[in-house]
Amino acid sequence: MSRFQVVSGKGGTGKTTVAAALALALATEGRRTLLVEVEGRQGIAQLFGSDALPYEERKIAVAPGGGEVYALAIDAERALLDYLQMFYKLGSAGRALKKLGAIDFATTIAPGVRDVLLTGKACEAVRRKDKQGRFVYDHVIMDAPPTGRVTRFLNVNDEVAGLAKIGPIHNQAQAVMRVLKSPQTAVHLVTLLEEMPVQETADGIAELHAAELPVGSVFVNMVRPHLLDEDALRTAAGGRRKEIAKTLTRAGVTGSAALVRPLVAQAAEHAERVGLEREQRAVLAGLGLPTAELPLIGDGVDLAALHDLATELRKQGAGEEGDT
Amino acid sequence: MSADTAGTASATVTEGGPDTDPVAEAGLDTDALLDDPDIRIVVCCGSGGVGKTTTAAALGVRAAERGRKVVVLTIDPARRLAQSMGIDQLDNVPRRVDGIDGDGELHAMMLDMKRTFDETVEAHADAERAKAILENPFYQSLSAGFAGTQEYMAMEKLGQLRARDEWDLIIVDTPPSRSALDFLDAPKRLGSFLDGKFIRLLMAPAKVGGRAGMKFLNVGMSMMSGTLGKLLGGQFLRDVQTFVAAMDTMFGGFRSRADATYKLLQAPGTAFLVVATPEQDALREAAYFVERLAAEDMPLAGLVLNRVHGSEASRLSAEQALTAAENLDDARIVDQRAGKAGLGDRVAPDPAVTASGTTEPPLSPEAGQASGPQTSAEHQDTTETEPPHENIAHAATAPEGDTVDALDTADAIDVISIEELTAGLLRLHAERMQVVARENRTRDRFTALHPEVLVTAVEALPGDVHDLDGLRAIGDRLADGSAPAPAGAA
Repeated sequence: MSRFQVVSGKGGTGKTTVAAALALALATEGRRTLLVEVEGRQGIAQLFGSDALPYEERKIAVAPGGGEVYALAIDAERALLDYLQMFYKLGSAGRALKKLGAIDFATTIAPGVRDVLLTGKACEAVRRKDKQGRFVYDHVIMDAPPTGRVTRFLNVNDEVAGLAKIGPIHNQAQAVMRVLKSPQTAVHLVTLLEEMPVQETADGIAELHAAELPVGSVFVNMVRPHLLDEDALRTAAGGRRKEIAKTLTRAGVTGSAALVRPLVAQAAEHAERVGLEREQRAVLAGLGLPTAELPLIGDGVDLAALHDLATELRKQGAGEEGDT
Repeated sequence: MSADTAGTASATVTEGGPDTDPVAEAGLDTDALLDDPDIRIVVCCGSGGVGKTTTAAALGVRAAERGRKVVVLTIDPARRLAQSMGIDQLDNVPRRVDGIDGDGELHAMMLDMKRTFDETVEAHADAERAKAILENPFYQSLSAGFAGTQEYMAMEKLGQLRARDEWDLIIVDTPPSRSALDFLDAPKRLGSFLDGKFIRLLMAPAKVGGRAGMKFLNVGMSMMSGTLGKLLGGQFLRDVQTFVAAMDTMFGGFRSRADATYKLLQAPGTAFLVVATPEQDALREAAYFVERLAAEDMPLAGLVLNRVHGSEASRLSAEQALTAAENLDDARIVDQRAGKAGLGDRVAPDPAVTASGTTEPPLSPEAGQASGPQTSAEHQDTTETEPPHENIAHAATAPEGDTVDALDTADAIDVISIEELTAGLLRLHAERMQVVARENRTRDRFTALHPEVLVTAVEALPGDVHDLDGLRAIGDRLADGSAPAPAGAA
């Protein structure tokens, strides 16, 4: 199964939550996972209710069976300074570069350099081994930029490799690209059962395929239970209002006559939604990818909810495919 | 809550139903904003997925139908939005939208980042220099969209549109950035970079070195370009240097235009609308944005809270609804047992036999006692009007595999009992009320932090927007939403 799992999705679909739940799910049975974020939003810290993450891998949660989840907020500037230090023993010269704005240039303006540094750091963690030659992390899960930008973000190494035709950044980009395009990597997309996110997911998959990046699963997030099926609702909208009023009264509801219309109206909205969701499910099924569904967590996602979601993912075998 | 309060500028602020709790947040009157001739720019900002683009388009349609000449500048590449305005594909030029009622006009365009950058270069450099820039590999990568370019170009385009003075009102939605703040930060960053000391050093070390005081920098420079050269490869650095040299004459222009657009955003003719949904993350970002706008002296008009749920049956609480649903379940279980007894030995029955052979389930004594003799009689009536195969519906939900398999499912569909149906309606309502309560809590937290922010709540639509009518419906809700949510703060 893929050791590097990249999680993307349209804004508002909960990709950080899914990435975190996946990191927990893959950390069972004594395994160790690393959850990385690259956009400086501190979404992981908020989710796990911890202080802001430093540029340092630290344990953020334990999984059933002695597993561990580590987390890291990758900062492009620090990654570049580390990198320069590693290859050039720059020391104080690094600070001089920073003062001149060269670091700022390299990490914010120079095309793609920032992205190479971010993906490069994650790939380094994927490949890192301990003294016994075992992988330090069984899986690295990245909370990646949203669907609209993820292909460019991951593929930017190609761009840089083309632009910087020689030199260490070029080599780094090539090395990163080899990891990203291998079956070791899977790019997952998170969606909701709504038209726009599903459309964006389909577009995103096409872009990933075009860039020869390995597509993993589709995660359908915030799935709400269907409390009443569509046919029942159609019946409700029909001529049974009087009966409904009587039954409400029988169930102990007072003033039921005035409630029937709004209740049936709510049911009609629900029916419309169920119908739209079914259409979107069909579109997703047509993508031919493994799919996992996660339920809507009403009251904000906390650690307990993350564990529930992780259990759900384990049940569905999410993240287990790939690298066969 | 009526659309015809629209003409009165401040009416909705004090408006509130007689039986609704006074909500701490005051109402945002979007119509007054759209009608104000002094407002020339409306910026919709907020985190991803909250409906910024749709809000911008809906405001555009509404403003145009209220007689203004409007252009909507969208950054969202979703074709769906263009289609909802009857245009196949938006591009970098404003296109007139057909089907707008009244004297106003609506134009729409989508930011093409690269095209805008190219045009800016072409407009500010002579032909030969422009060609050199446009062909430079570094420029090509930069303009194709890396950190900050999109935000910068959105600002650039906004500045251009405003300078043309062809429209009464420009409505712009902001790029789906890493964080909402990038929109404000990125242009400055790119501007200051293009103007910065680093790029000047890159460009002309000799020029800088000529001044005695800059000797140190020159030393730093050669070390640095050496390092960067090693790191990035010499060709890359040469591309950058060529690019910078070619752009030299434009630096002042970039910086001063970025500054001018920034000032434009601070001016009284601009109104910011922060868009959010009543969810924790979105409102946290919204709060962050409200604070940032205040810090930057940017004029905030208010908060558009999208996809808010209410209920006209809010009198019935979630708990009451669930209890009532359970009462019906209890009655049903007894019914079902009775029904099964009617099926005899519970051997998987032939569907036809089941349908015809079903006996009326006797009314459960519990249900009868619970609701009194009169309603019990009513129930008797109800069951008599039911199709006789009520038991099939029950059996379909029963775990016994044989029974289920034997059923004709098409038949089972029609035969949901009135108890099941009503219990379903009650459970749906309970879920709705829980959503309403949750949204109110999230909203209250925001209001506690920022009581000064005017809010309009836009009721959730079950589906997506596909056409002008859909946008009009959103526009109506935007205008109506300044009254408190129907469910109050229950």
